[in-house]
Amino acid sequence: MIPMSSAPFLTVTDLSVRYGAVEAVHGLSLEVERGSVTVLLGANGAGKSSTLAALTGLAPAKGGLHFDGLSLTGMMPEEIVRHGIALCPEGRRVFPSLSVADNLHLGGAAHVKGEVLAARIEAELDRFPILRERFHQRAGLLSGGEQQMLAIARALMSAPRLLLLDEPSLGLAPKVVDQVFDLVLSLRDQGITILLVEQNAERALDIANRGYVLQSGRLVLSGSGAELAGSDLIRQAYLAG
Amino acid sequence: MDVFLQQCLNAISLGGIYALLALGLAVVFSIVSLINFAHGELMTLAGYAIYAALLFAMPLPVALCAGVIAAALAAMAIERVAFRPMRRADATSLLITSFAVSVILRVLFQNGISARPKPVALPPELSGVVTFGPVHLSVIALASIAITILSLAALSLFLTRTTMGRAMRAAAEDFQVLRLMGIRANRVIAVAFGISGALAGVSAALWIAQRGSVDPLMGFVPVLKAFIAAVIGGLGSLPGAVAGGFALGIAEVLFQAFLPPEALPFRDAFVLSLVVAVLIWRPDGLIPAKTGRRS
Repeated sequence: MIPMSSAPFLTVTDLSVRYGAVEAVHGLSLEVERGSVTVLLGANGAGKSSTLAALTGLAPAKGGLHFDGLSLTGMMPEEIVRHGIALCPEGRRVFPSLSVADNLHLGGAAHVKGEVLAARIEAELDRFPILRERFHQRAGLLSGGEQQMLAIARALMSAPRLLLLDEPSLGLAPKVVDQVFDLVLSLRDQGITILLVEQNAERALDIANRGYVLQSGRLVLSGSGAELAGSDLIRQAYLAG
Repeated sequence: MDVFLQQCLNAISLGGIYALLALGLAVVFSIVSLINFAHGELMTLAGYAIYAALLFAMPLPVALCAGVIAAALAAMAIERVAFRPMRRADATSLLITSFAVSVILRVLFQNGISARPKPVALPPELSGVVTFGPVHLSVIALASIAITILSLAALSLFLTRTTMGRAMRAAAEDFQVLRLMGIRANRVIAVAFGISGALAGVSAALWIAQRGSVDPLMGFVPVLKAFIAAVIGGLGSLPGAVAGGFALGIAEVLFQAFLPPEALPFRDAFVLSLVVAVLIWRPDGLIPAKTGRRS
């Protein structure tokens, strides 16, 4: 495990994301510490995915985005991933007509070539043995859980230092949800910092070092995982009781 | 027997030209949702490049390669100059841009070269026939089929074996996610245009081999047919474009060969009725494209 340093790994200051007339995120500030799991909570449309889109260059962002001493504002998605931030997008979005092999290949091809690329694919197949069984199948034929594993493996192919996971447990069977949360912890233990967007607040706060709660594009609450799990707002809104 | 076989060969060779052109349209459409109406002018440009190369006494294979390369480079230049600045524009603006490029190129050909056809002298061996026992088949039709098959095989290897080929297939399904993987959007689009141009160049070589001349409007009719072929096949679907191209070419030649003489003037009406029937039967085309999210 990488030692935590005091300087924040990722700093978002006064971030606004606007699509035409709609402001999806308004004046959001947050910090992600190196080696931590940070959770972003909120209802549908609260601005969680827009925040991740801004961090990866997919959405037009105003405000400060600093990653390990580097400003991300105005960078294209192709560049940001080269600096070590990978997004595993909501809804998995694997390339359905491409094979599992080709999906993994494309995840790493911009970063490494030849034998190193093959070795990375091999490492992901060791991490996700089910993908080895499905290696030559088209990704669209996999089950939801398998597609989620593929999407995470594909994001890991760029060997990110910060992994953004957008609703990785959505629509999965309880057993697979367990696997996903175990995986998040094991990735953190391997030194990958995680920013996790989740609807499943209870499970997410359980593994989070820190959490932020968004409502209609604004930050309404932040604290450690335990603090948030005990807060009234979270209990009423997400934990049904 | 002789006539029937020869007609089948003609049908397949014409279908092959339509297939290559439709494939060129589909490669670009699948990635940037643009129907490139300047595709016909790329074909014409390749024709003039072949004509010029032969004028400078280059051997035929070299001249044909020059045509293919010229069209590929021109397609990439058009993308860089005309379409890249319009990247965020809506589909209608892109369509109008492609019309503008098409008209500009056509005027350049007419005023800069000649409005009249330029004869392209081909070696006499090409217009001969080969004899297999009792059957005589034209060399051009056979060569044209061979070149079509080689081109399709090369493209299919490229799309399945190389990183760029895989990236192009992925881009057709979800361009945003492909960019998240670090693969540069501009490069994928440039290569798509280059391939589309090269396919137009190959079609130009085959087309000229059968007609023996180049004129400023040479690309118009075949690309119009290729567009129909791409729609029958399923717009944006690469296997669909090939299927549609062959289906259209075969239908045209067979109607031409076997319609009674008094019905011949209506050949295109018969062919297009067949197209309408196909689209009623399968509105998304023979092999529909998988629609994905596009950036």
